[in-house]
Amino acid sequence: MSLSTTPSSITPPAARPAAQPGPTRLELLAAMLRIRAYEEKIVAFHAAGPFPNVCTSVGQEAAAVGVVSALRAEDQILTNHRSAGHLLARGADPGRMLAEVMGRSTGYCQGRSGTLHISVKELGVVLTSTIVGGELSLAPGVALSRAMLGGEGIVVCFFGDGAACEGIFHESLNLASVWNLPVLYVCENNQWQAFVHRKETMVGDHVAPWAAPYGIDSLTVDGNDVESVRKAALHAAAQVRETRRPFLLEAWTYRQRGHMEPHDQSYVDPAELEAWMAKDPISRLEARLLTDGELTTADLEALHAEARRAIDEAAEFAATSPYPDPSDLATGVYA
Amino acid sequence: MTQMTFHDAVDQALHEEMARDSRVLMFGEGTATKRKALLKAFGPARVRNTPLAEGIIAGTAAGAAATGLRPVVDLLFAPFLCFAMDELVNSAGKLRYMSGGQFSFPMVALAMTGGGWSVGAQHNHNLEAWFVHAPGLKVVMPSTPADAKGLMKAAIRDENPVLFFMDIGLAFAPGEVPEGEALIPLGQAAVRREGSDVTLISYAKTVHTCLAAAEALAEQGVSAEVIDLRTLKPLDEATILASVRKTGRAVIVHEASRLCGVGAEVAALISEQAFEALRAPIVRLTGPDAPAPASYPLEQAFAPQADAIAEAAAGLVARTLEAAPIW
Repeated sequence: MSLSTTPSSITPPAARPAAQPGPTRLELLAAMLRIRAYEEKIVAFHAAGPFPNVCTSVGQEAAAVGVVSALRAEDQILTNHRSAGHLLARGADPGRMLAEVMGRSTGYCQGRSGTLHISVKELGVVLTSTIVGGELSLAPGVALSRAMLGGEGIVVCFFGDGAACEGIFHESLNLASVWNLPVLYVCENNQWQAFVHRKETMVGDHVAPWAAPYGIDSLTVDGNDVESVRKAALHAAAQVRETRRPFLLEAWTYRQRGHMEPHDQSYVDPAELEAWMAKDPISRLEARLLTDGELTTADLEALHAEARRAIDEAAEFAATSPYPDPSDLATGVYA
Repeated sequence: MTQMTFHDAVDQALHEEMARDSRVLMFGEGTATKRKALLKAFGPARVRNTPLAEGIIAGTAAGAAATGLRPVVDLLFAPFLCFAMDELVNSAGKLRYMSGGQFSFPMVALAMTGGGWSVGAQHNHNLEAWFVHAPGLKVVMPSTPADAKGLMKAAIRDENPVLFFMDIGLAFAPGEVPEGEALIPLGQAAVRREGSDVTLISYAKTVHTCLAAAEALAEQGVSAEVIDLRTLKPLDEATILASVRKTGRAVIVHEASRLCGVGAEVAALISEQAFEALRAPIVRLTGPDAPAPASYPLEQAFAPQADAIAEAAAGLVARTLEAAPIW
């Protein structure tokens, strides 16, 4: 499988036929708008402060929606601290997510996770670790359960280029390969490792080539093109399903905001930022839909308004939800 | 009763639990190579060798435990747990609570430690207190083959992650193991010897040292009670407090270093909850704040000795005989 170092030359292979009819382009757009609206709401809350620290996924919506749209209900997901996109794309309720971020008892984890480690077992988002690389350490075990307990589901593990520089990335790929585990590793290479550009800390531009020495096929896709991501993810997921072996998909994307709120990009090269903002995943799909006549400007405004309305409603639910009772502080530590 | 070593008792527990529950599996460094009978009985899917990579072994166990399996992992020597701290402490220990109870982590991590093989400080480091301090984890460290079997079976059936420490000095010491299930609940200490003048509190190999000290004390007319904690977390507070309320004196003994060790917790517990019963200060006899040496005589000297324990206990008794209680 060929690898490229420039995103412009990244072309996904033809997707294998989907098992069920997939989402329309408008649905893909709506899913991305929902994520963007959610993150913008969090940014607004934070600016109005005081509000918990958060890491947003603005700019990475196409990677989340493209990959998650290629999954089936029986598949399982592990994710990380920049997880809002994955959760919302999987169908998580933004009200319960915001409630979790705001420390309310109605949150998915009863306010005990906060923004950084939200898991939603009923949606198959089985474990979330904010320790960079934590999700990589857990993924083979989840896949081992699948392999030993039956079922056709695969395990998708979202991580970033920062986690790929952790030793556990290599341990995880090696074991998943040696044990033939059905893990679809998805590296969202967003160019930034917390406050440091990956160019300073990582050999080469891409993570995908690191799969080959472990006998794992890989592919790099333009992570800011949701349709390309979806095609590549369908291909990758189908291969994992058929071979019951791991695959590494690298989404080449960009973190549009600072590592965490409050937003600070004083350390970011303005030219790089400008170039990536021009490739914003939502604007690109919108332009394509407008050009193709699938959408009018009025339709677009309505879609944006609907996304904002849904998130406003979610925020209202979260903000009016009760805080957990302090007397329950130390309960549920042990099973 | 059957005579068997500590090591074989653990093996028997694994065998019985794997036969009882198909979700139980074991993997680790050399697990399939060394546990041939287990491999033969349960096959390569349930008895696996792994890379020498403790992080991914423990992480895989945590991921598997959260999604339906009940793994036992052999991480060999306790200092190797340093490579698995994120997976054990941050994932297995915390993610149940952090997920609002959506997941549990029924898994056992096995590791050896303690003097006996002259392996030096990177194979021998009694760091069990680190895990007592970590929320969500349970910690056991047995002193006999019977307890090793009964506690291993209970640990496998527990819904929480359990650190199971095997004392190297006891690994191949034989002992009597009862037939049948012989489960030992986690969190239950054992009174190894009853006494009325002083309580010797310990776990793992130094329980035997305390029993030797109690024998010597008896010859001096001092009646020592010996408590084997067996489980370090949850701690059997009731057994400790009941004994100290009876004797009024406590000597706490372990091979691990003193600072923030399990003995500090036991001493604090007694001070907080049985202060009125104390007739003398609490004494701790522990390993020093030093890496474990390899040289056999030094390694043996690292752990508290029976004569020192007897001397400390006799000193407490003599002290309170000379003076009335100060409170």
